Amino acid sequence: MPVEFTREQLGEVTRLQRLYPDRGGALLPVLHLAQEVFGYISEDVEKYVGTLFDLGPAHVHEVVTFYTMYFRRPRGRHVLSVCHNLSCHLMGAQEIIAHLTSRLGIELGETTDDGRITLLTVECLCACEMAPMLQVDDRYEGHLTVEKVERLVDRLA
Amino acid sequence: MSPAATEKILTRNFGRPDSHTLKAYLETGGYTALPKALTMEPPAIIDAVKRSNLRGLGGAGFPTGTKWSFIPKGHTGPVYLVINADEGEPGTFKDRYLLERDPHALIEGMLIAARAIGSTLAFVYIRGEYVESWRHVSAAVGEAYEAGYLGRGLDVVVHRGAGAYICGEETGLISSLEGKKGWPKLKPPFPAIKGAFGAPTIVNNVETICHVPHIINRGAEWFASLGTKTQGGTRMYSVSGRVTRPGVYETSVAVTLRQLIYEYAGGVTGNGRLKAVVPGGSSAAILTADEIDVTMDVDGLKAAGTMAGSAGVIVLDETVSIPEALMVVARFYAHESCGQCTPCRESTGWIYEMTRRIVVGRGRKADLDTILDVARRGAGTTICAFYDGAVGPYISYIEKFRAEFESLIPK
Repeated sequence: MPVEFTREQLGEVTRLQRLYPDRGGALLPVLHLAQEVFGYISEDVEKYVGTLFDLGPAHVHEVVTFYTMYFRRPRGRHVLSVCHNLSCHLMGAQEIIAHLTSRLGIELGETTDDGRITLLTVECLCACEMAPMLQVDDRYEGHLTVEKVERLVDRLA
Repeated sequence: MSPAATEKILTRNFGRPDSHTLKAYLETGGYTALPKALTMEPPAIIDAVKRSNLRGLGGAGFPTGTKWSFIPKGHTGPVYLVINADEGEPGTFKDRYLLERDPHALIEGMLIAARAIGSTLAFVYIRGEYVESWRHVSAAVGEAYEAGYLGRGLDVVVHRGAGAYICGEETGLISSLEGKKGWPKLKPPFPAIKGAFGAPTIVNNVETICHVPHIINRGAEWFASLGTKTQGGTRMYSVSGRVTRPGVYETSVAVTLRQLIYEYAGGVTGNGRLKAVVPGGSSAAILTADEIDVTMDVDGLKAAGTMAGSAGVIVLDETVSIPEALMVVARFYAHESCGQCTPCRESTGWIYEMTRRIVVGRGRKADLDTILDVARRGAGTTICAFYDGAVGPYISYIEKFRAEFESLIPK
């Protein structure tokens, strides 16, 4: 896939850049857009986004690698991010994580062979009232049990 | 006043399924403080917030009105208001409720705060993972433009973070808002003098700002009377871990930790017997079961040797392993250290490794004293408060439960 936004997407980039006193403020939002469009932030995407801001690739690389939500490799069609911080730990996160790794046959940080699911652990997602919990793509799912996680995985296409 | 009888202020509309809409906000008295604030001169608004004893509810507990008064007098360039919606302190989830369920309260608070500090452009920095919050706040901002509350003197930009705890630190947040990695900045200059994009900037927590319309509407004295001598109002306590009813509870800051655990959250689960409590998010020093008769205001918890922080209460019953809990917490600080300052970057990593080896039965006799020594030496030496926040748990978990750690270390 060529690393280039469509004319419409470039319009969105300009709109975002104009929201900030310095257009550099739009770097994180534009990287979110780039990830949505290109799937992940490759080095080519870093270079391309840099050209939209007159920023060197090193600056963009530094930003991309600092944050957890930018993927630098292809990810699965769905991303499961299981919280393993204290409240979730107290409510059984370890059991959920162990079940998911064995059920999906992958280690943490890996993607299933069919490209369906990437499995991660994350620090506190600030939904401790529904611990143990995870984020599946954009959505929070809480009060997890092995059975509930099983149904959730089955439903992901 | 019995805290249990405290009126709900911030959470009063949470029962309405449409509480996030402009319609619901207007039907419940929303946007009635704004016209009052528009008749007040900015110094009068700041004075009211000072007299209300409102203190920052993101973690630091700094008096809000005083913070606002730091904007240089006679400054003629832009001034920015930045809302810290980068909720990330482990055990805290109250801002998520406000963002999702009452975003117009935030917008009205921002309109008043912006008038007080002379800002015409404000940002809401929402943590990247809070997609639902981002949608609700964006929709509410859209409604507020449509209705003419925004766009006539104040513009609001809703900004998404990308996953980094340190961006909840106000200068780290500013770096991130500027499109950089979220490295905290040396102070001084403080943000009120030189903040976002080089301009005077006030960074306030979501819940803090949501209180402002009520202070304007019902008076500073009313707000002050809800709390303790040095902190006014109610606040939203996030209670989680081994309790019967985990959730957000809004009550007076004069509530005690015992009341929160047993009256609000329904008591302790697990084996039913309390072992320890983290009272203010994971960076707060841990309290033992006999230290819970403390009031949950900033100064009450400070006097108890810990902190109110973000008011995230995590409850541990007797069956919980404290060394394992510290390992989980230490892993968090090791992961989230931004890497800028050597004491923090190095210590958080090594302390995690040492707690881990203790938990798996490979600890060494000197490990506990080494952790305490490293923790104490590094405290206060770094650019931001992150490492001091890590030191709180390192020292308190070990000092208060030392025998439990020692029992895991081979003789």
